Amino acid sequence: MKLSLGPLLYYWPRKTVQAFYRAIEDAPVDIVYLGETVCARRHEIRFPDWLAIARRLQGAGKEVHLCTQTLIESASDIALLHKITDNNFYQVEANDMGAVHCMAGRKPFIAGAHLNIYNLPTLQWLASLGARRWVVPLEMGRDDLVQILRAKIPDLETEVFAFGRMPLAFSARCFTARHHGRTRDDCEFNCLEDPDGLTMETLEGERFLVLNGTQIQSASTCVLLDEVEYLKTLGVDVIRVSPQGTATLEILNIFSSVVHHSGNPETARNALLSHLEDAPCNGYWHGGPGLSQCQNKTLRQPDL
Amino acid sequence: MNTLFPLTSFSPAPPAPAPAPHTAAQSSTSSPLATTKPGLELVCPAGSLPALKAAIDAGADSVYLGFRDATNARNFAGLNFDEVALKCGIAYAHTRGRKVFLALNTYPPASNVSLWLGAIHRAAACNVDALIMADPGLLGYSQKHYPALRRHLSVQASATNHEAINFYHAQFGISRVVLPRVLSLDQIALLAANTPVDLEVFGFGSLCVMVEGRCALSSYVTGSGPNSQGVCSPPHAVRWIETPQGRESRLGGVLIDRYTPDENAGYPTLCKGRFKVNEINSYYALEEPAGLNSLELLAHLAGAGVTAIKIEGRQRSPSYVAQVTEIWRRAIDLYLADQHKYHAQAPWMATLDKLTEGQRHTLGAYQRPWK
Repeated sequence: MKLSLGPLLYYWPRKTVQAFYRAIEDAPVDIVYLGETVCARRHEIRFPDWLAIARRLQGAGKEVHLCTQTLIESASDIALLHKITDNNFYQVEANDMGAVHCMAGRKPFIAGAHLNIYNLPTLQWLASLGARRWVVPLEMGRDDLVQILRAKIPDLETEVFAFGRMPLAFSARCFTARHHGRTRDDCEFNCLEDPDGLTMETLEGERFLVLNGTQIQSASTCVLLDEVEYLKTLGVDVIRVSPQGTATLEILNIFSSVVHHSGNPETARNALLSHLEDAPCNGYWHGGPGLSQCQNKTLRQPDL
Repeated sequence: MNTLFPLTSFSPAPPAPAPAPHTAAQSSTSSPLATTKPGLELVCPAGSLPALKAAIDAGADSVYLGFRDATNARNFAGLNFDEVALKCGIAYAHTRGRKVFLALNTYPPASNVSLWLGAIHRAAACNVDALIMADPGLLGYSQKHYPALRRHLSVQASATNHEAINFYHAQFGISRVVLPRVLSLDQIALLAANTPVDLEVFGFGSLCVMVEGRCALSSYVTGSGPNSQGVCSPPHAVRWIETPQGRESRLGGVLIDRYTPDENAGYPTLCKGRFKVNEINSYYALEEPAGLNSLELLAHLAGAGVTAIKIEGRQRSPSYVAQVTEIWRRAIDLYLADQHKYHAQAPWMATLDKLTEGQRHTLGAYQRPWK
């Protein structure tokens, strides 16, 4: 099983991003996904800068992928999409069917979590077009994944989102700009102020969701650390950690120790929980509301 | 853990009948659009047979509806059609030269694909005029078995750019796409110039703030969402509670809004509640409870290349459907009679505002400042 680092979902200053990925060069992570997936207006790191970061990471032995935006609307969005899918150096994670169009039958690609692959016929179709890996939708529970993996599609890897605030929804509206009384076109890039997004609480103070520009995330952190052994048994090839404002390296170290059995699982679990600002959740995995936390890890063997 | 998984309560898929040939000739002779003016089709919602008749009588060119199960995105108790009602509705529409589209626009979960595949056969056997679908597996299956049955790409497919739309066209021969409610007029015009696929847009009704098909907020809170269960903020998860601070509306236990005695309490649609962010203690952080009404943009939408206008609201009453359809029929007729004289008349807007969520309307993303 390989460990991946998902794309940076927040908007950080240029130097912060560059320092972050310098540190990742030495981190115990096999695969790194790069690129701006949330908002086309974010420009601290432009396409050539991402390529430069990609080269360094590749030089450090990482498998590197570029990601497309999730919401592609404008002519400039399309132009950037073509730049990404036309690149000859890195395989691309498609987060919109338009991106799949640009690569289908031409080059292998990774089918991202937002393509809505909920069943086997759809997955087989994408595999026939050149998908070499797919990322399981965040909503998908264990039982449906078991059903799909029974088919054992050749040469197709499976990746599961195993740690981070979940990107739950996307809009054309910028909710961070709205919070600051602005429109998206006139946003003044306020999302630079929030390295982990803006937490939205209910009127009784429950931390509920996170506003990350045009993206809405869960405030609770999806944690599937306890499921790593089960995911291995299931044949899941890659588990993904989503970058956070702090402690991403420590979190990668913890996951790596569990994947490679190099530490005490209970110690790892406690260390991971100490890095959480909010409650952990794993409800989707267990077939319930995403925000719920099921205390029991999956013990039984998958019926494959 | 409170597991909410309504899929388990669904009846198993009925046996699929042998695929009936559904030829283009059949489609065109069974439902000639005698009353449709060229250029702009009015597509209206039908959550029941009375609503279907109301829409047709009020001037809808076509109606869209769904089966009474999780195969469509308005899977609410008491709504939708069984095959008997569907056949009646199709006969009613076809006799009057109108069309019926069937929404199969949820994503079949891996454990129950057969329910959706069976629905394709049932719909084709009833002679619907088009299937509205989002899932590629379903699009491919229906194309294989009923190549002449029109396929519309549902808004749930999140197709917001020509690369995506043309891809579905090339792969599955879709003839129409329903556009997510996130595009501005300029972006719609750009799309129209770059695709052979007909564009259908939402004209009136509830406003999704998020890209349709890419919103898991409801399932995050309740375990049931639009993509797999065909519901958003479902009634089974709603609670109203009187407290000393006011009436509270909760969804899956999460406080969505709290009302003072002089406020009208609305349904707790998750994205239209009041929340706290930093120093702002209570505001509509995502969207106000307002509905979409693009009547004043009708000429602009048509000018941008839109060929069909969709009215949202399969969960609404027949009288609501009749009133909204009638006004939009008059507006489209006025536009088609003389494009340059078209304007949204004040009495129409007043009536529509009364029917709109929160009695307030917005132009949504069609107008850039909304973003």
